[in-house]
Amino acid sequence: MKYTEEHEWLLEEGELIVVGISAYAAEQLGDVVFVELPEEGTEVTKDEDIVVIESVKAASDILAPLDGEIVEVNEALTDNPGKVNEDPTGEAWFFKMKPSDLSPMDDYMDEAAYKEFIGD
Amino acid sequence: MTDLLTTPLHALHVELGGKMVPFAGYEMPVQYKAGIMAEHTHTREKAGLFDVSHMGQVILNGPDYDAIATAFETLVPMDVLGLGVNRQRYGLFTNPEGGIMDDLMFANRGDHLFVVVNAACKDDDIAHMKAGLEPGVTVNPVADRALLALQGPAAETALSRLAPEVADMRFMDVATLRVDGAELWISRSGYTGEDGYEISVPADRAENFARALLADDTVLPIGLGARDSLRLEAGLCLYGHDIDNATLPAEAGLTWAIQKARRTGGARAGGFPGADAVLEQMANGPARKRVGLQPEGRAPMREGVELFADETGGNPVGQITSGGFGPTVGAPVAMGYLPSELSEPGTRVYGEVRGKRLPATVSTLPFVAANFKR
Repeated sequence: MKYTEEHEWLLEEGELIVVGISAYAAEQLGDVVFVELPEEGTEVTKDEDIVVIESVKAASDILAPLDGEIVEVNEALTDNPGKVNEDPTGEAWFFKMKPSDLSPMDDYMDEAAYKEFIGD
Repeated sequence: MTDLLTTPLHALHVELGGKMVPFAGYEMPVQYKAGIMAEHTHTREKAGLFDVSHMGQVILNGPDYDAIATAFETLVPMDVLGLGVNRQRYGLFTNPEGGIMDDLMFANRGDHLFVVVNAACKDDDIAHMKAGLEPGVTVNPVADRALLALQGPAAETALSRLAPEVADMRFMDVATLRVDGAELWISRSGYTGEDGYEISVPADRAENFARALLADDTVLPIGLGARDSLRLEAGLCLYGHDIDNATLPAEAGLTWAIQKARRTGGARAGGFPGADAVLEQMANGPARKRVGLQPEGRAPMREGVELFADETGGNPVGQITSGGFGPTVGAPVAMGYLPSELSEPGTRVYGEVRGKRLPATVSTLPFVAANFKR
């Protein structure tokens, strides 16, 4: 699993990349009450805002970690946003994308580097 | 961060895992480990303990209660003279234009008036009271006391274990009680829509007193986050957001707080700052009104979201002043201002969230029925 400085995790699943947010980010956000996902088939550019997450405290965005196409979104989060707090690195993945350029993956952190990044 | 003030319970907040944030010049817990949602629900179902020591406690002294009350009535549109001994009322300071300078609680404590004002406004309020009341009445800020709120259906049982007399208090009663040698100034009130108490306690006894309450397994510490969602569901105004210097009582839906004696035709009508504007708006009706709003989808509509009459086109007709997710309602809730002709419950308007106009329905307030012991 790789991590971005935006606290997203990326997991390679065949030729797809599964994206969610870290447990640390979920805890910082607090209780998540709303998730707005992109449409499947959307072409996205790295660093574009593509998911809206609202917690009891505030709204925040998830950025596209790579260029590519959104091929699947986790609709279950729309009806049950609280899953993001319950299982952020498991069931509460946000979307799967088909990357067109994997090179930024090399810059993303591994677990040890991410732990250091969040001061854990 | 070093210039933030702290309350007498600061060390306890940190020990309990409070996430400390700056608020109105103080470092305060926004939540504890349980999180805002769990803290909110716990308060509605059992009891929550809130540190509200950042609020301003002020004693007004004078020759006798009537003299103090008469003077105080020159600053607020409330019936202060008619307030019984050991009773409390909600009040408003108005400015010369009739706008709301702050909202407050005041209590007749026999020989003096006890006033509690908002943290962010307290310096201005104290200066305003000094200018308007002294020398006939002296304004004495209380610096050596903490203020705690114990709120929720289990509050009576939990506080009764320490002070049995509180069970006999009714909503808006006040009392002076001694617990463990400390003099407590207690009111049966709060700002969550639940039954409960606000308790002024000497600063050096506050932590022990808080620990004694937290020892009851129905009582959990609650942060500012849940305090905000609780008061929002209860339809209560947050000063600086839902009401401010440019808001008159009638448009804010607060005319219930202006008793008959101070209204047009009353025994002591007017005589407070901005009385002409306040009473005129009460007589003729405001052009805009504070309303409750229930967004139809799951997306919260927060403060600043602009409201439109139609799904497309047109200019904004109003704005959200408080909004978020209502844990007890189980859906987003909001308050805001709309033109009076769009303020009827059931009216559909649109809030613009991230460039999209989402439907919301005007609803009656509160969103969650009050649970006071009247």
